[in-house]
Amino acid sequence: MTDVAWMASLLNAARPQAMAALLRYFRDLDTAEEAFQDASLRALKTWPRNGPPRDPAAWLIMVGRNAGVDTIRKHSRQEELPSDELISDLEDAETAVAERLDTADYRDDILRLLFICCHPDLPATQQIALALRLISGLSVKQIARAFLVGESAMEQRITRAKARVAKADVPFEAPGAVERAERVGGVAAMIYLIFNEGYSASGGSEKERGALCDEAIRLGRLLLRLFPAEPEIMGLLSLILLQHSRAAARFNAEGTIILLEDQDRSLWNKKLISEGLALIDKAVRHYRPGPYQVQAAIAALHARAATFEETDWAQIELLYGTLEHMQPSPVITLNRAVAASKVRGAEAALAMIEPLADRLSGYFYFFGVKGALLLELGRLKDAGVAFDQAIALANSPAEAAHIRSQLDRLMKDSEARASKKTPA
Amino acid sequence: MQYAILCYHSEDVVGAWTKDEDDAVMARLAVVQEGLMKNGKLGPHARLLPTTAATTLRKDRDPALVLDGPYAETKEQLLGFYIVDCASLDEAINIARDLGKANPGGAYEIRPVGVYHAGGALP
Repeated sequence: MTDVAWMASLLNAARPQAMAALLRYFRDLDTAEEAFQDASLRALKTWPRNGPPRDPAAWLIMVGRNAGVDTIRKHSRQEELPSDELISDLEDAETAVAERLDTADYRDDILRLLFICCHPDLPATQQIALALRLISGLSVKQIARAFLVGESAMEQRITRAKARVAKADVPFEAPGAVERAERVGGVAAMIYLIFNEGYSASGGSEKERGALCDEAIRLGRLLLRLFPAEPEIMGLLSLILLQHSRAAARFNAEGTIILLEDQDRSLWNKKLISEGLALIDKAVRHYRPGPYQVQAAIAALHARAATFEETDWAQIELLYGTLEHMQPSPVITLNRAVAASKVRGAEAALAMIEPLADRLSGYFYFFGVKGALLLELGRLKDAGVAFDQAIALANSPAEAAHIRSQLDRLMKDSEARASKKTPA
Repeated sequence: MQYAILCYHSEDVVGAWTKDEDDAVMARLAVVQEGLMKNGKLGPHARLLPTTAATTLRKDRDPALVLDGPYAETKEQLLGFYIVDCASLDEAINIARDLGKANPGGAYEIRPVGVYHAGGALP
């Protein structure tokens, strides 16, 4: 490994803990971030020469804290003195930080940093951008590329997000049990948002698409290490690992989506699958089911099927039923109908989705499923209408291309039927 | 004498490797392992999944207690192991050095094996 890569992985690994502790000291995002940058620059100079410290995070916290205090002192000569509130624990700035990093503080520090990023005042896109910048340490350029937007637009988005968070006043004392549980739930949702941003992206290379998914997995592991006995966090991590395991098989060279049934399962990442299966196994032992666990269990059934034909659709339909019960939504009913069509046929599934038509009239996937079911029943004309509606609603060229391939199949089907009717 | 080489590394650091870096480390390790295999020095070896996937059974009480997570909370975690067959401790240390060049950072604990059973072939 090159020196640069080696340094980068050490700094990245220490970043969440160091940023979180600096945020607690300075109680201000910008000051904490600058202090961390200062400490990282100093690390880049001294670590290659002297070797890395025994505890990189503690080193960065101490150096960062001193750098931050210096900066505030310099400012204070021109401006007024900083209030004691602004710099907590200033008097023991020189004591060995490592000794004082007890697990409880450390856990709440990191949780607070994560939680600040998913503040309810922030729209989803700003939450993700802020988390990637502050916790993952991705550059603005990297984040902009992942979102397929310009660098300056992303810079603005992050600046706006920080300004909102600064006004939001997140309390710095250790949270109570209820507050902590709420924060964990919010952070889990944010991690899933980050994952989906990467998972649903269709532009760019597999590597670019995967960057956000990898980051989400890293954050999921971080959160689970903080709360090792939380089954829903196990469920979340399991879910995103299992979904990401299919990354190499999900798109063809032209960037068109390849459906689960047509994917080359030998391209699925077995290591990610093992980890995902291990986690859902651990989670169910707690008998505290939740939406992430149920979704992970569904993904696990797909992962366990050696071929599409071996998929346990009956079990998947049951699990979607459970999920529907936990968080009723027409989209989940639609997914249950897809599973039902494999168990009880297209007719039954069609009957399930008819009542959803009003609520899902703007949803691409609804018409895609409807078209496929009608196609299966041989109602080619109706199928064609549904596919046309789907194409009109497609969110990306990949989605539209996928439907067009369905339409091609429809054309071939109807040609085949026509040729059967006319004797040769 | 057989030795277990127990691989300790910071999970945070290994987790921060990019896929390319991880692949590069694995490729370099594979070269060392291949050499050892050829000389009949390398037995079972494994890379373990992250400690978040671990479960611990505390059997010092009745009934035994199932806990989530690894046995010990340490700065560096047990992430894998090798069983090697060596004429001396020096040779085992040299093997560990070669592996260490391919995979810098962390530590190897070199521990003589007392009783060794190959077990059955696993799928």
